[in-house]
Amino acid sequence: MAEATKYLKLSGLEPLIVTPESNFINVGERTNVTGSRKFLRLIKEEKYEEALDIARAQVEGGAQIIDVNMDEGMLDGVYAMTKFLNLIAAEPDIARVPVMIDSSKWEIIEAGLKVIQGKGVVNSISLKEGKEAFIHHAKLIKRYGAAVIVMAFDEEGQADTYQRRIDICKRSYDILVNEVHFPPEDIIFDPNIFPVATGMEEHKLNALDFFKATQWIRENLPYAGVSGGVSNVSFSFRGNDKVREAMHSAFLYHAIKHGMTMGIVNPEMLEIYDEIDPILLEHVEDVLLNRREDATERLLDLAESFKGDFKTNNKAVQEWRNGSLQDRLTHSLVKGIDEFIEIDVEEARLSVEKPIEVIENHLMNGMNVVGDLFGSGKMFLPQVVKSARVMKKAVAYLLPYIEASKDGKSSSAGKVLMATVKGDVHDIGKNIVSVVLACNNFEIIDLGVMVPPEKIIEAAVRESVDIIGLSGLITPSLDEMVYLAKEMDKLNIQIPIMIGGATTSRAHTAVKIAPEYQSTVVHVNDASRAVTVASNLLQAETKNSYVQSVREEYDKLREGYLSRSRDKNYLSIEEARKNKLQLDWNNFTPVKPNFIGTKTVEVELAQLVDFIDWTPFFQSWELFGKYPAILKDEVVGEQASALFADAQKMLSQIVTEKWFTAKGILGIFPANTVNDDDISVYEEPETRNPQLATFLTLRQQSQKTAGAPNIALADFIAPIESGKQDYIGCFCVTTGFGVDEKAAEFEKQLDDYNSILVKALGDRLAEAFAEYLHLKVRQDIWGYASDENLSNQELINEEYKGIRPAPGYPACPDHLEKPTIWKLLQVEEAIGVKLTESMAMWPAASVSGYYFAHPQSKYFGLGKIKEDQVVDYAKRRGIATEIATKWLSPNIAD
Amino acid sequence: MSKIQDAIKERILVLDGAMGTMLQRNNFSETDFRGERFKDFPHPLKGNNDLLSITQPEAVKQVHRLYFQAGADIVETNTFSGTTIGMADYHMEDLVYELNYQSAKIAREVADEFTDRPRFVAGSIGPTNRTASMSPDVNDPGFRAVTFDDLRIAYKQQVEALIDGGCDVLLVETIFDTLNAKAALFAIEEVKEERHLDIPVMVSGTITDASGRTLSGQTVEAFLISIQHIPLLSIGFNCALGADQLKPYLKRLAQNTSLNISAHPNAGLPNAFGQYDQTPAEMQALIREYLQDNLVNIIGGCCGTTPEHIKAIAEVAAQFKPRTILETI
Repeated sequence: MAEATKYLKLSGLEPLIVTPESNFINVGERTNVTGSRKFLRLIKEEKYEEALDIARAQVEGGAQIIDVNMDEGMLDGVYAMTKFLNLIAAEPDIARVPVMIDSSKWEIIEAGLKVIQGKGVVNSISLKEGKEAFIHHAKLIKRYGAAVIVMAFDEEGQADTYQRRIDICKRSYDILVNEVHFPPEDIIFDPNIFPVATGMEEHKLNALDFFKATQWIRENLPYAGVSGGVSNVSFSFRGNDKVREAMHSAFLYHAIKHGMTMGIVNPEMLEIYDEIDPILLEHVEDVLLNRREDATERLLDLAESFKGDFKTNNKAVQEWRNGSLQDRLTHSLVKGIDEFIEIDVEEARLSVEKPIEVIENHLMNGMNVVGDLFGSGKMFLPQVVKSARVMKKAVAYLLPYIEASKDGKSSSAGKVLMATVKGDVHDIGKNIVSVVLACNNFEIIDLGVMVPPEKIIEAAVRESVDIIGLSGLITPSLDEMVYLAKEMDKLNIQIPIMIGGATTSRAHTAVKIAPEYQSTVVHVNDASRAVTVASNLLQAETKNSYVQSVREEYDKLREGYLSRSRDKNYLSIEEARKNKLQLDWNNFTPVKPNFIGTKTVEVELAQLVDFIDWTPFFQSWELFGKYPAILKDEVVGEQASALFADAQKMLSQIVTEKWFTAKGILGIFPANTVNDDDISVYEEPETRNPQLATFLTLRQQSQKTAGAPNIALADFIAPIESGKQDYIGCFCVTTGFGVDEKAAEFEKQLDDYNSILVKALGDRLAEAFAEYLHLKVRQDIWGYASDENLSNQELINEEYKGIRPAPGYPACPDHLEKPTIWKLLQVEEAIGVKLTESMAMWPAASVSGYYFAHPQSKYFGLGKIKEDQVVDYAKRRGIATEIATKWLSPNIAD
Repeated sequence: MSKIQDAIKERILVLDGAMGTMLQRNNFSETDFRGERFKDFPHPLKGNNDLLSITQPEAVKQVHRLYFQAGADIVETNTFSGTTIGMADYHMEDLVYELNYQSAKIAREVADEFTDRPRFVAGSIGPTNRTASMSPDVNDPGFRAVTFDDLRIAYKQQVEALIDGGCDVLLVETIFDTLNAKAALFAIEEVKEERHLDIPVMVSGTITDASGRTLSGQTVEAFLISIQHIPLLSIGFNCALGADQLKPYLKRLAQNTSLNISAHPNAGLPNAFGQYDQTPAEMQALIREYLQDNLVNIIGGCCGTTPEHIKAIAEVAAQFKPRTILETI
């Protein structure tokens, strides 16, 4: 019985166990500098972030192991292997699979073995340098805890016949099992895949010998596996992908039948075996299996006719119009095509007794397909929003008929109230969730943004809604949600609440909101889950068990959270101040700004386009990945490209038709840090008179590792005791004027897709404006980095000197700093941007912040602070401790 | 001397409970921690529990004695932080060999006071306060505060001293980063090879929370696969969770391995004041379920457990046969 456990077992963050029932194991091959020019370039240029995207795409594309190879003459392989694997370790979506450490150099292999926590595979070792080195390496691999690929290679050279292959594999196996005591199930042989159809007589048996050797190994070397690099076999047909793809699939088909267990395969270069052109397949198999004398010549001849064959389906484009009525409607909905929707809906209307039946049957059938595809990850958010747009148009067309027939009662899946809470103006996420729910036959009552709690409660009761959805982006919104839950509880309301938005979290929902409400509170982290959650909450069969499971989950989470949060050690605020960041002010003189005072800035939108950071734009549509790599992503690439094309089109309209106005204001002032944490701002340098304002900064309090300081933003400004005159800047920019009007226009045309798109672009342009203005400040207006010359990507990577942190974000989460900026710059009077009671900026597409110029200033996260700092802060701010606690609560340690 | 490999076939072995919790009862001051020998040491030493094996050996011995009296078969040496990496916080890197040697020696002495049945000393090898596969700096995920080789060298020194001091078994425990554990296992294999000896090794990981994963992100099954390349006496989990929260993960372990299984959970989850208040009787009831479900071969306690807890655990452990191992997987 114990024998049965001898399966190859590997691990990343998750296990991979290869049993006889396992399908062929796919090893991703694109994180290999010898096989991918792009990957090589990224590694050479130290663009590890983008290199990680390649690894991620492979795992998302189905690779069960990823092969990493850094063997290139110009690379420091040990460094690159270590660095890349360390970075992978920080990406759970990549690190879940085992790593194959691929190198011909032992020192690179060993470097890899030293940084993976899971059990990986070494690729490869062999008897090439003799038995002694082979044993030494095998022993170390065993001690590091990895499986191994053994090449059919010995002192004489690489095995190129059937006999040599099996002889070398047998000898290697015996040494490993009997002398090194290497577990036989951890041995994988690579009996060499060589090209076929090269025209050379001696290559004719290359594939067949591999198949036979594979079978021999599986029958005679117990528990060992067989692997190989498949693309080698088609080497002679480089440039003819059609033939190569067919060869790879046919080769794999036969190799697997002979017992091959895993292989290094590029999934994009693989045709489905059953779909290979039968004539091509026959010719390919003739070559692989050496079935005819003239197999090579015949395949070469045939290959000519496949050159330049590209996958095309142009002829299929309009063919769907010939389908049945239901098929056509479903197609329009799934593909988001509105061109024919009215014609088809009219046809459907004439075929039924009551017009409402078209919605209940035809259209809902189609939307169910959309829901299923989305739920199973085969459709993405932008597509679903487009589907919703088609659905709305169809319903709008039917409405007059339905009203005329006066039986306009459609059965909805449930009534959902949606609102962005008081003080918060952000609604992109909320609108997306509303659209997705509406697609799934939920009736949506959208109360919009900045909705006071009384209004939410009143509407929920009046409309007898089934679910309340609350959204918020800024941190004070978290408290609003807690407050609302409390109020509803007092009134004994039992409607389930769904919580969503960028600052919300499962932890916050479980720890802070759920305990305040007797009925159910669920955190919904993305739109794709909203439908499942809402359905679970409302369906009679699932309701009770679901509600129960959510409650249990949150109770557990809360317990875990409360027990864990105590583990952290904190310094008192005095101790933290003693451990502040000590910059060397004796040897640094702050650059005197070219301009001191306040000025407004106007800019053409066209100038901002190049400054747009597109990655967050895709995130807002739940498409995850870095721009521009996301456009070529295996899973979401197509959707990302389509969305990007739409965005580009709208962007050019925004710019040329001046849909928005960009307005900004900035100020640069003499300043010094006083009492460790406060930054005093003055009108005049040197005399420090008069004092215009004081910025209050918050200081990290969690205990740091030895040598690391407890930072506050004030550390980046020269303290008054230093005798040096320093400066600080602050700004507010907006591109939001015009956004809401445009969005409303689109909504009127039942076009949620473009309404959301225009808001998302407004946000991106505001960020771009902030980036643009920061550049101007660095180079000209302040001029402390007049020699700076950075690419757009380098700007996005924040490689510039100095920072522009924004109140409400990790370095300075205190939203009450915004009123100070507003007063200092007279923001509202100058450019019209207002602050709500929760200190959100209106219009939403606005950015404000400070400028710090010191070259060592950097972004950091404040983390949690303790009560003593809150008390101290309240005193400095001149407000009651309770009020300070309310504003800072997301950052106060329990 | 009888071997632990034989004893584990005969009965469920009982491991001791918390060392720190017990030492705290002495309310040692800075002066007590320093003792005579380190009275002029230039850095504060209070809180360096491992040092007490040298400066307050009687107190440490008394904890071991109480656990043996309560019915423990195995006590752990007072060496949880006994590497150059752990001792760097106290500037005591040079003392590492002696700390481990003395800790093992005094535990051995107490074990030898008991002659009724074989009692064993497990050399405790902690995780250190650094992680080899995670960055301490969120802004620099590729950074590592410690490397495999740093850990391997530090662990090797600890292992040599523990063996020299007379341990019967080595216990690599509270593993929150599997790569740290792999470095410890690598060091142990090196020492075993150099000295031609075959000391048994126990491995115990830590599932940090309800995610069911180690801090470094591995699932139970992945963790098991990652440390099975060297021969082990047992595999198990300790710390972070109480006996009831730990149970599902022990079950998953039991389903996937034919190794002996150990568990030393905390005395429940900490209360609002960070204290553990699960009573011996409560913990005994939970451990009884482990035994009824045929889950463990070695059972003890971690944070918050006392000789009273171990006594209750030993009582119930005596009523059951060791976990029988299914080899059908």
